[in-house]
Amino acid sequence: MAEWTDIAISLGARTFGETDVILDIFTPSRGHTRAMVYGGISQKKRPLIEAGNTIEVQWKAKSEAALGHFSVADATNQRAARFMTDPLALAGLSAVTSIMRDGLPEGEAKQGLFEATETLLDVMGEPDVWPAIFIKWEIGFLQQMGYGLDLETCALSGGNDGLTHVSPKTGRAVRGSEAEQYLDKLLPLPAFLTDSKAPPSPYDIGAGFRLTGHFLVHRLFADLNRDAPEARYLMLERLEKAERLIMPKRPDTGTAPMQQHSGERPTYMGAKPDVPEHKRVSRKVRQPMNRK
Amino acid sequence: MAHRSIGPEITRLIEMMSKLPGMGPRSARRATLHLLKKPEQLLAPMSRAMADAAQKVTACDVCGNFDTLNPCGVCQSKGRDDSVICVLADVGDLWAMERSGVFRGRYHVLGGCLSALDGIGPDDLNIASLVKRASDGGVKEIILALNATVDGQTTSHYVADQLEGIDVAVSRLAHGVPVGGELGSLDDGTIAAAFSSRR
Repeated sequence: MAEWTDIAISLGARTFGETDVILDIFTPSRGHTRAMVYGGISQKKRPLIEAGNTIEVQWKAKSEAALGHFSVADATNQRAARFMTDPLALAGLSAVTSIMRDGLPEGEAKQGLFEATETLLDVMGEPDVWPAIFIKWEIGFLQQMGYGLDLETCALSGGNDGLTHVSPKTGRAVRGSEAEQYLDKLLPLPAFLTDSKAPPSPYDIGAGFRLTGHFLVHRLFADLNRDAPEARYLMLERLEKAERLIMPKRPDTGTAPMQQHSGERPTYMGAKPDVPEHKRVSRKVRQPMNRK
Repeated sequence: MAHRSIGPEITRLIEMMSKLPGMGPRSARRATLHLLKKPEQLLAPMSRAMADAAQKVTACDVCGNFDTLNPCGVCQSKGRDDSVICVLADVGDLWAMERSGVFRGRYHVLGGCLSALDGIGPDDLNIASLVKRASDGGVKEIILALNATVDGQTTSHYVADQLEGIDVAVSRLAHGVPVGGELGSLDDGTIAAAFSSRR
């Protein structure tokens, strides 16, 4: 009989049969793990395993290779219940857990990512703070997954000051003076990512999500042969609606948001050139309906 | 020659019964045997009721409820308040609301909740028809009675967003201590939700 006990972040549960659920969790020492929770839809267990909660779990199975089942002893931090009435926080919480659930391989320990995720989830109630931390978390997530960005030295000159853009191909920063002739191809690098004292503006937040969104969609999730989670799109739309995020302006004109030119979802939200047509249509339908 | 203990008709009936909620192969066999023992009182009427339901019951074009009428009996009922719509995730929730008898307005069944895990997006739910009902006029309030889960509340916020700009009040069910619930046995999240929505 194999078993272990650990602390974990719940990444969400899906119903299995009538009374059980299959729960995805992320633990510091075992990474992304999945198992059954018997009676998981009960009124007693369901609130504990809501996505975003930190829980104490015990896993048991006949062998290490088996799916096994979790016993959830308690929730040490029930964030989901705290954020139920906060649309922004709930959108952020759903986006974090969806990105982890869809992007993380099973069984790889990532202690640093666990601590960073706990920190991010704990500040979700502070809308002035968390979008910038979310972007930094996504950069860390990409790094943990093997898609690290080099935002410290210029890929062309080797200098480490005046960095303003990032190459979408290499993920390396580029100095403003070197970037001028490639402005239409490079991704803007918001100042708060290189200078911790620079307060992020909504434009910086937009540029940050565009930067991480590019590498999440075109590298990480493209390699996994899937699109970025829908929850991330919903979070960005909600942030934009709350004026916490403003889309980057087109580098060639410097005037209008990118989506007004391209007529479709901007790159930072994850629009992929190779997204199937039916998906594009479905997202367009999701635009505000019958609003006056 | 192979010995046949249960005929194909009975085996098929057991198989179909075992697909129902709450039934496994063993309970399906018991239920089937019970039906077979009472063919006149149970089996025949049940078979007629099922055939009738399969032939006549449809989802209401207005609210999504199941009924033999379309629009359904609730939508056609004259004694209800047309100015209030209660939004629910599932027909089962509508039946629960009706059992409670606390609501005398109209309903709208979304057909589920947004769920990243189950791949349910906004286009899979009856949200557009709700927005149309709300914007057609005569509706003063929309009550979002969705589950107190991450998916349920994400859906709730999304629907509220879609209703923005339409002249209707949007309200939600309260979260907190259940009737008969003792504080000592409640989880931290429920207590926190009850505390934040105190009045």
